[in-house]
Amino acid sequence: MDLTTFVSQFISGLSVAMLLFLIASGLTLIFGVVNVLNFAHGSFYLLGTYFAYQSMQFFDNFWLGLIVGTVCAGVVGMIVEFFFLKRIYGRAEEGAFQLLMTYAFILILDDMVKFIWGPEYKTIPKPELLAGSFNIGSVVVPLYTLFIIVVGFVVVLLAWYFLMRTDKGKMVRASSLDREMLGLLGTNVPMIMTLVFGVATAMGGLAGVMAAPLRTVTPGAGVEVIIDSLIVVVIGGFGNFWGALLGALIIGEVLSFGILWMPEMATVLTFIVMIVVLVIKPEGLLSPKATGRK
Amino acid sequence: MKSLRQYLPWILYFVFFLGVLAVNPGAHYTHLLARVIIFGLYAVAFNLLFGRTGLVSFGHALFYGIGAYITGMLAKASGPDLFLLYILLGGIGAAIVSVFIGLLSLRLTGMFFTMLTLAFAQLAWGITFKLYNFTGGDDGIQAIPKPAYLTGPVWKYYFFSFVVVTICVFVIWRISRSSFGMVLKGIRQNPGRITFMGLNVYKNQLVAYIISAFFTAIAGGLYAGLDGSIHPDMLHWPTSGNAILMCTIGGMNTFFGPVIGAAILTGLEEIVGKYTEYWSFSIGVVVLVVVLLFPRGLLGIKWPWGRKSTTEEKETEVACNTGD
Repeated sequence: MDLTTFVSQFISGLSVAMLLFLIASGLTLIFGVVNVLNFAHGSFYLLGTYFAYQSMQFFDNFWLGLIVGTVCAGVVGMIVEFFFLKRIYGRAEEGAFQLLMTYAFILILDDMVKFIWGPEYKTIPKPELLAGSFNIGSVVVPLYTLFIIVVGFVVVLLAWYFLMRTDKGKMVRASSLDREMLGLLGTNVPMIMTLVFGVATAMGGLAGVMAAPLRTVTPGAGVEVIIDSLIVVVIGGFGNFWGALLGALIIGEVLSFGILWMPEMATVLTFIVMIVVLVIKPEGLLSPKATGRK
Repeated sequence: MKSLRQYLPWILYFVFFLGVLAVNPGAHYTHLLARVIIFGLYAVAFNLLFGRTGLVSFGHALFYGIGAYITGMLAKASGPDLFLLYILLGGIGAAIVSVFIGLLSLRLTGMFFTMLTLAFAQLAWGITFKLYNFTGGDDGIQAIPKPAYLTGPVWKYYFFSFVVVTICVFVIWRISRSSFGMVLKGIRQNPGRITFMGLNVYKNQLVAYIISAFFTAIAGGLYAGLDGSIHPDMLHWPTSGNAILMCTIGGMNTFFGPVIGAAILTGLEEIVGKYTEYWSFSIGVVVLVVVLLFPRGLLGIKWPWGRKSTTEEKETEVACNTGD
């Protein structure tokens, strides 16, 4: 493999990684704060795409679609958390019920998308502003790829700033450590949980809109993306924000180079990576070792 | 009277599934019932792990698929005369695979166990999908022959499945009522105490996992013969999800609940599927209602005229569920 292919493949892997990170960081945020493994997260990715598509049918503006998709996915997320998920918190054998309820939402939301927008392929074109490409030496980089990478980094920075440098962020971190204690100190913990769920699903929606011009828009897209994001979260460590970034970079590059190396087996490779990590360090690469392992 | 109550589900089971044969509902509905009973075995086998031992596996499609592929490919390659043996071989194959996966994944608990089982199943799905020459890729394998005594009207295969499933379900029933089954129940309620009693949680979980995989594969093998075709979707994660759905809808803390769940899931797919293609939406709604309102499933609903659980039982349940 010559250097040009390597660099261009690496950059495209980076953009895949950033999209994965947007979804996976939402997943991991929900797991850390709300303590729910949201299997339906891919459906919010899907909703983001389709809301954006609808908005572009009306106004023909990519940037407006980006905002509409992101916000609407977040609103639906908050509705789902507030009216449904909230009711099963703290139940005995909660894990199985979470799995079931979020699984039920995959079935419901995906079918609703199919019902409203139809099962056929849709396309969302790239905005004209980002249609071109530029060269770094002999490597051609599409502007849109760069856009995804930049947005990804901006979200990382914003999230880091919010979580680490603001009072609200401190509350979010506190609620993932000790929900009860934070409630005793007078914070409205249920509201934090709903808001976090909303923000996280909005990030999923954002990823959905940004990925749409690169992939085909079909009702099955959410299911495809959730498996990859779960792998990312598992590799990085459940509830670990930086772990999600590391996991996304690993899986993004594995997918990108895997397609070059053995195109048939690129997805299989990601499962192998996940199995290796789970067997060696089940808590994930960046999480502290859990006690009481068998 | 106690013994009658104990065997009442069995009586209903026989009356229903054999009575249907006497009524002779036509090829279409017999085929549907054959699916119900095969899924029923899948769900009961899965529930040994899920409801009984408290292990949420999200990768049972792997064993279901192994059973289907071993049976289907053997029947296709060397003729269907030894069909029953092929189904058994499918079960043994899955059991062998489950030893390795179980050894690795049972080291983890909770969500991590769930994710690792999912990963293995998806891995197998991906490989099956891509190995076009060996497994037929996404086309699967069609026209799997059936032995002479099972060809012809569907009721023959239905009756064959009924016999196989009944034997398997009976074995699982005996297992879950044995002292081993009680240990499994204890592991779900409080693994710490099982360890204090000098029993090995890991080993018992592994045995439960292997048994569950074996019978799941038998169900898969039966299904391969029913339609005469297999495809990689049988290994895909919705198949694993269906097992969880069937057990929860029917009642995961009851033995026969999963069979009811299988009937409901198959029935919904059939009835709703007739009117619209959006049947997964309706299944989603049913699951949502069950999770929110009847978390113990249909058979677990406390009917006002049903047996009242004694105070002692309630206390044990509470004490066991508090952990530590």
